[in-house]
Amino acid sequence: MSTPTLKQAPLQNGTRVLGVGAYRPDVIVTNEDVCQWIDSSDEWIRQRTGIVTRHRAPADVSVIDMAEGAAREALERAGVDPSELGAVIVSTVTHPYATPSAAASLTDRLGATPAPAFDISAACAGYCYGIAQADALVRSGAAKYVLVVGAEKLSDVIDNTERTISFLLGDGAGAVVIGPSDTPGIGPSVWGSDGSKWDAIGMTHSMLDIRDHAAGKGALSEGEAAVTEAALWPTLRQDGQTVFRWAVWEMAKVAQQALDAAGVKAEDLAAFIPHQANMRIIDEMAKQLKLPESVIIARDIAEAGNTSAASIPLATHRLLQDNPGLSGGLALQIGFGAGLVFGAQVIVLP
Amino acid sequence: MANNEEILAGLAEIVNEETGLAPEAVEMDKSFTEDLDIDSISMMTIVVNAEEKFGVRIPDEEVKNLKTVGDAVNFIANAQA
Repeated sequence: MSTPTLKQAPLQNGTRVLGVGAYRPDVIVTNEDVCQWIDSSDEWIRQRTGIVTRHRAPADVSVIDMAEGAAREALERAGVDPSELGAVIVSTVTHPYATPSAAASLTDRLGATPAPAFDISAACAGYCYGIAQADALVRSGAAKYVLVVGAEKLSDVIDNTERTISFLLGDGAGAVVIGPSDTPGIGPSVWGSDGSKWDAIGMTHSMLDIRDHAAGKGALSEGEAAVTEAALWPTLRQDGQTVFRWAVWEMAKVAQQALDAAGVKAEDLAAFIPHQANMRIIDEMAKQLKLPESVIIARDIAEAGNTSAASIPLATHRLLQDNPGLSGGLALQIGFGAGLVFGAQVIVLP
Repeated sequence: MANNEEILAGLAEIVNEETGLAPEAVEMDKSFTEDLDIDSISMMTIVVNAEEKFGVRIPDEEVKNLKTVGDAVNFIANAQA
């Protein structure tokens, strides 16, 4: 008997971002608030980071709640019904369950069941990782429309009294819908990782350390002999200098590769939307890329802080709100963070 | 290859560009943080620019040891040798 030839999904040529949505939680944390916890000043924080405020979610607002808010707006702006979604991808490092995923619950809430749903763990590069996957899913014919959400409740994994990263961080969610397009709307993704710098940004210790400590099996991995209950909870830390150097000089090269791969030059860009990690990283990157003055640079960080996977879609949302004329223009987006991981692409703004 | 004086002058130029400090303020015995008030992010920018200018590699873990301008000049001179 002869083996039949398989049917494969027909390929789709073009993809683009169809709509962006944002969810910014209500609680505003000012630099004055931060200075109650660390010995600092509004001026010091502004000068070092460019951050003026950050949004944080109250206890009763979850990662999935924020993801839902952003997703509903993105779907509405895209004109896509949830039932048309072929996949739902949520990038988060703060959904407090190892399983089940935030994406499965989100998909159900949106009325998009039985769309495939999964979370990805790529920290601040997670949104660009999600775009890379959504673009591939749509072009391969595996899905017609894909929802990509970056949602973070970083306030759950910070220690307000530490000085390396906590005061930078905010909560929020941003979402986009990716779908087919007659003209190319998403350039090739330049993405990757460097696990040799696994220790540069991450949690103080693992969940197993909490279990073992609770069972009286010794100190946490940081070597703290007498930990308080508060210190048991893993929180984020970073080696700021190492991260800054990598983020600016290595990531500027990645951003340039994304431009080259898309066949465009810095002067062709309407906007530059880097991960909102620190204003000085953004400024230095823009300098390295020799962006002309005509390129509008996203600076959502001043108001929103660093929201990890949510930062690029949140910044995109604000940019389009403040400058509606950017619609249809080219934007270079790049995410980079704990892993270390990175991802970049040029997109046509919706 | 540059001698210590040339390295100091080059470093002073880089510091001036990053911080606006007068190049003559950048002296061998000055501490980057205490005397020149250079923060950790500016320090990284100075380090990367110095690598490019002098054709040397200054690893992250070495940056913490560069307390004074003289430390940096000596490190660069040794790295070039």
